[in-house]
Amino acid sequence: MTVNETLATYSNYLVYGAMAAYTIAMIAFAVSFASMRGRDLVPASSAPAATDAETGSVAVATKVATGAGGPDDGALPPGRRAGNIGMSTTWLGTLLLGVAVLLRGLSVERAPWGNMCEFSMTSAFAIALTFCVMSTRRDLRWLGVFVVTPVLLILGAAMTFLYTEAAQLVPALKSYWLVIHVSAAMICGAAFCIGATVTLLFLVADASERRHAAGRDYRLDWLARRLPESPKLDAMAYRIHAFMFPLWTFAIVAGAIWAENAWGRYWGWDPKETWAFITWVAYAAYLHARATVGWKGRKAAAIALVAFGCFVFNYVGVNILITGLHSYAGV
Amino acid sequence: MTEVRDQDTDGSQSFSTAPADAGSSAPVGIGVVGWLRWVWRTLTSMRTALVLLFLLALASVPGSLLPQRGTNPIRVTDYLANDPVKGRIFDRLGLFDVFSAPWFAAIYLLLFISLAGCVLPRSLQHWRVLRSRPPAAPRNLGRLPEHRRVAPTEGTEPQQALDDAATWLRKARWRVDTTAYDGTTGTVAAEKGYSRETGNLVFHVALLVLLAAVALGSLFGFKGTVIVREGSSFADTRGQFDSFNPGKAYDDSSLPPFAFTLTKFTADYQRGGQQNGFAREFSADVVVTREPGAAPSTETIQVNEPLVVGGVKVFLVGHGYAPTITIKDAQGQVVFHDSVVFLPQDGNFTSTGVVKAPDTQPQLGLQGFFLPTFFADKKLGPRSTFPAADDPGVVLIAFSGDLGLDSGKPQSVYKLDTTNMKAFSSAALRPGQSWPLPGGHGTVTLDGYVQWASFTVASDPGKNLALVAALVAITGLALSLLVRRRRVWVRVSSGPEGVTLVEVAGLTRSEHTSVAEEVDSLASVLGTTTSTRTTAPQGPEESA
Repeated sequence: MTVNETLATYSNYLVYGAMAAYTIAMIAFAVSFASMRGRDLVPASSAPAATDAETGSVAVATKVATGAGGPDDGALPPGRRAGNIGMSTTWLGTLLLGVAVLLRGLSVERAPWGNMCEFSMTSAFAIALTFCVMSTRRDLRWLGVFVVTPVLLILGAAMTFLYTEAAQLVPALKSYWLVIHVSAAMICGAAFCIGATVTLLFLVADASERRHAAGRDYRLDWLARRLPESPKLDAMAYRIHAFMFPLWTFAIVAGAIWAENAWGRYWGWDPKETWAFITWVAYAAYLHARATVGWKGRKAAAIALVAFGCFVFNYVGVNILITGLHSYAGV
Repeated sequence: MTEVRDQDTDGSQSFSTAPADAGSSAPVGIGVVGWLRWVWRTLTSMRTALVLLFLLALASVPGSLLPQRGTNPIRVTDYLANDPVKGRIFDRLGLFDVFSAPWFAAIYLLLFISLAGCVLPRSLQHWRVLRSRPPAAPRNLGRLPEHRRVAPTEGTEPQQALDDAATWLRKARWRVDTTAYDGTTGTVAAEKGYSRETGNLVFHVALLVLLAAVALGSLFGFKGTVIVREGSSFADTRGQFDSFNPGKAYDDSSLPPFAFTLTKFTADYQRGGQQNGFAREFSADVVVTREPGAAPSTETIQVNEPLVVGGVKVFLVGHGYAPTITIKDAQGQVVFHDSVVFLPQDGNFTSTGVVKAPDTQPQLGLQGFFLPTFFADKKLGPRSTFPAADDPGVVLIAFSGDLGLDSGKPQSVYKLDTTNMKAFSSAALRPGQSWPLPGGHGTVTLDGYVQWASFTVASDPGKNLALVAALVAITGLALSLLVRRRRVWVRVSSGPEGVTLVEVAGLTRSEHTSVAEEVDSLASVLGTTTSTRTTAPQGPEESA
């Protein structure tokens, strides 16, 4: 099998195109976020969640945090237009990146995640696609800048110091388990990344609301004002993590099955395996913490961030710093 | 596993079978039994499980940062040699064997005891819940998170409304319990999503089974590695392995009596480009005799394609070169002729090894490099510049003296004990070249080279059980995180002037979920909704 250089070159051009689109999206989202009107920083607990039955009105607290609800009809709320530009350029960038990933795969006739460059590229695509898909179900313009920025950074890393020419795989990676195990890990990584972002924003909103309840101000009030209420962020982060935890478990089990087939043991405490285990335990701790008195909210959120830190370390740290069975294919 | 009871909404019992938390404060003056009970409750509390999970994650970290005997014994030896003080302290603490250290075992055993102590009582309780009826309707349905008042279709009898509700719910696979209309009131109680708690318990039990499977594998399994040169054979007996790690309860009779000969090893490498020299293809052609007397068959072992024979698997795990060397003494007698395994030191297969010729007087030893693509680096010494044997050669130093083979001390075949030996000459040889040793020590000839491959033969009788347990665990996990447990009630009562009043109410305990849609659907089956009370999804979570 040879490498189709033409396709690989087109793939690179498309990645640069996607990066351009994401740059516009990032700026647009930032402008949108900055021009939002924002909300009052009342602690959510004091806001009534439901109205009385007898009034017969549907009374879900529908305070839209994106700055919607301006008094003058017809005119778009501040920041909405920029947010729309951000959303559509994000879709465009994701489309370009999707084709780039596809071409990269076609150029070497295999799954496009055989080294850190390709893994980063495809992960960035997974993050962006997850965000796009999530945005079809709810308004996520407020989140845009916090997702597109890391996507852009990851792509930048993939195309510079992680860049690897399109090439065939080392024998260790030639297995259909590469498709199953790595794609599961990549989807988890994408969702965990968004989950960690939302968790971080939850901590900001929570800190701000907490201080306002005590009548004080907070350095990051300008940020918190433009975010949804902390319980909503908390719920969103939880849903992402709860949805992904079984998939992460599957990714580890798939890796174990592959390891059994390649090295003769399904678990051998290789550094990669060890950190996958640590990440799993940390996310399990997060899910348990949410059911434990005194650990909900901020502490649970901190655990989720630590867990994501473990995930990132497993990818970057273990690949670059530690030698193990998973060290192959260059960076 | 705590805190759910006090948050029960209005008359409905807890969804959770979790025991109430009792681990908060130590009891006073309750004797030994009381203390034991307190210890047990503390151990099985969620908070303890959480702390143990943290400890487990934390305890694994040194296992990835420090070299481990299980995976890389050579680097452990190096570490101990380079930093004896710190090394000895680390070794005493078991930091080079983290995953078999007693303190690591203590953490996971405590965690599993905690888990069992939590899950088993909950399983019994859940079993009882599964066989009981859905809880009766609370007195005031209006205080539940979801509540609808419904004006029934004209002319609907009260009992008919109840039957309609029960039929609809049964069709949607709810568990239904009806209290017939007694002239003033009648109710339907229904519950769905029991598989949430079932999944949760199944997941945790599956983890216990997984641990048992791992233990089974490490007790009865074995793993052996062997280096086989092209043209050489391996028979599956304990003595033929270069290293052999049996489980504690392993028995030699479980070694299947197969044998194979490595006929050819093929390696292919990337040439040119950024990944120059990266491996692209490894394959070992072998002739296998599956059992004594069986007809030999030709097979190929590749990296992700092990040979399966007699219930064990043979994996291709490494490869290298073995230069073929002939040593003749001064009289021209052959005193040594063999292909000697040299061990690769870098990605380009700069390999090191030794040759021991004990049958000369004085004894002769050679130590040096095999370079598949020869390059004499002036600064760094001889090294290979490509992993394939494009331009092979050896660089050897000759020693004479006492090899120390008779001293009784065990020796590595890859190292020369030079304490009683003296280097006297060195040379670089290409295939076919001879090197006359000075001082009448004879000649050394490099005839050529063969390749060798290393194989791992492994058997793990626990692995199928582990796989089943893992798959069951994933299924349980998905159920416990994705299924919603919810209840709905319908009450039909007679209002003033013979009007039939219908109320539909619902409740969910799974975090951030709502039962509003189902309550609405049910209400629309029964008539026209006249008033709605609904709540944004929120609320506590419970799980084991």
